[in-house]
Amino acid sequence: MVLVAIAAALLPKALTNQYYLTVFIIIGIQAILVVGLNLLMGYAGQISLGHAAFYALGAYFSGVLTAIHHWNPWSAALVAAVATALMALIVGIPTLKLEGHYLAMATLGIGIIIQKLIEEFSGITGGNNGLTNIPGISLRGFELNTDLRFYYFVWVIVIVLTALSIHLIHSRVGRACRAIHSSRLAAHHMGVNVQKIKVQIFVLSAVYASIAGSLYGHYQRYLDPGSFGFGLSIQLVVMVVLGGLGNVWGGILGAAIINLLTEYISKFTEYGPVIFGLILIVMVLFMPKGIAGLAGRLGNLIPRLREGKAS
Amino acid sequence: MNSLDRLAQYLVTGITQGSIYAMTALGFTIIYNATTIINFAQGEFVMLGAMLAITFTTVLHMPLWLAFPLSVAVITLLGGLVYGAALAPMRSPSPIKLIIVTVGCSIFLKGVAMLIWGKEALTLTSFSGDEPIKMGNVVMVPQHLWVILILLISVLGLNIFYTRTITGKAMRACASNPRAAGLMGIDVHRMTLFTWALSGALGAAAGVVIAPLTMMGYHMGTMLGLKGFCAAIFGGLGSNIGAIAGGVLIGILENLGAGYISSSLKDAFAFVIMLLVLFVRPSGLVGTKEIERV
Repeated sequence: MVLVAIAAALLPKALTNQYYLTVFIIIGIQAILVVGLNLLMGYAGQISLGHAAFYALGAYFSGVLTAIHHWNPWSAALVAAVATALMALIVGIPTLKLEGHYLAMATLGIGIIIQKLIEEFSGITGGNNGLTNIPGISLRGFELNTDLRFYYFVWVIVIVLTALSIHLIHSRVGRACRAIHSSRLAAHHMGVNVQKIKVQIFVLSAVYASIAGSLYGHYQRYLDPGSFGFGLSIQLVVMVVLGGLGNVWGGILGAAIINLLTEYISKFTEYGPVIFGLILIVMVLFMPKGIAGLAGRLGNLIPRLREGKAS
Repeated sequence: MNSLDRLAQYLVTGITQGSIYAMTALGFTIIYNATTIINFAQGEFVMLGAMLAITFTTVLHMPLWLAFPLSVAVITLLGGLVYGAALAPMRSPSPIKLIIVTVGCSIFLKGVAMLIWGKEALTLTSFSGDEPIKMGNVVMVPQHLWVILILLISVLGLNIFYTRTITGKAMRACASNPRAAGLMGIDVHRMTLFTWALSGALGAAAGVVIAPLTMMGYHMGTMLGLKGFCAAIFGGLGSNIGAIAGGVLIGILENLGAGYISSSLKDAFAFVIMLLVLFVRPSGLVGTKEIERV
């Protein structure tokens, strides 16, 4: 944890080009999304194929309230989070009673519909022409108007939310989740309210997405519905799987890898879907713990080698 | 056009589109019945069937009576391949792993389609011409009838297969109780393979027959899959009749909604219906399976 914080803090010094700061800001924002989604996928064992919708809700609520109605960005982000939580409840409560693919399809549908609604209600959202003039954020007068300042702001939030996730995993809720994973029936009979926990985690992951969305809106100062589609939702799932289901750091790693790949390989956008599909299939079949899991296993080898030498 | 004619027109389009949803839903249902897996790539089977038929007829200049079965045959093999390559090798399957893998297949196939056929929607020539058929003030084209015919043939064919052939009965046995079936000497893996292949065939047939009416592009599989799933839920997951009824009904309701309420929100109707069903009566119309889980 401390390592990541130090790495994140030192990174800007290492970067030669100011442009890369943008990439890492986006990685940070997406890391928030992915850590949240990982809670849902890795711990609650559910899958959301429409997380971009919650991201969009966060971004657009923040954007519309601040750009058009001149709200304070902090209150707008709060309202956005509440609205997103409500949407998650509406989708989650009926579907989480049932098997995983119901939530998967429901979120797939929500993702498509939210994007369509944003395009349709162009009077409010700017539709396909985009929503412009979103103001920046300031912390008691300290304006976050340079990339460097925003970079630190985003990554502080990433660290805070990640720490929160780790805390959650080690708390009652986290233990309940692991109980559910081992045996749903046993957990139920031990008094664990399985559905309630699943819904809570789903809503939490949606709120994480909303926060990321609000940050995104205030960073880009511009939103358009095209960036919130099914493609992004799938990318998020790929990031979770690549990093390692259930591995909190894996989430950040996954976000970083996919974004860096997209940056450096220009053909990535064309071959993207094919590669993503393969990643999903191959990772699940051969590397279910993801790359972070692999790193973990390699980490375990080192003490074992040392022991071998001693004896 | 008076309101009765308008209604009739919506019904015609609705039943036609609904037939496609019905066939897609059937594809979902037979795999679900055999394996409790939801095949997220089902929509892609439909899309690829259409795209292949288009390539066979326009680029390779094959006649339709050859292109149709050939496309279906290829996707039948693909269905089996998806099971064999991506699902059978899974060491410790869990629901989320299965979902991720079938979603991965869906994305992969979509990506491949985009690379091969590009981003435009392509069209297939109608089976027997475009001469409109007028019934009063309601206009249809022969292709509408073809869609319904293919649906009927598929349903009848499936019925005969499942009830009169040994393989079909074996597949039903596996769906009902895999362990018992295995003990009776049925190769469960093979039956599952056949189920996936059959699902591919259904999807491809649906795709080829609807392509002249709606055109087909690499991205359309996703929406079809989603609506097919909604239809399967609406009818009652696990029930073949439910899948068909659900599909046709969603097609009708969707078109009525588009016509009377709002055409831009057309795609949302199927989904809203599904959510309503899940809220009110999760087992759907016919509702055979107990699906409330802890």
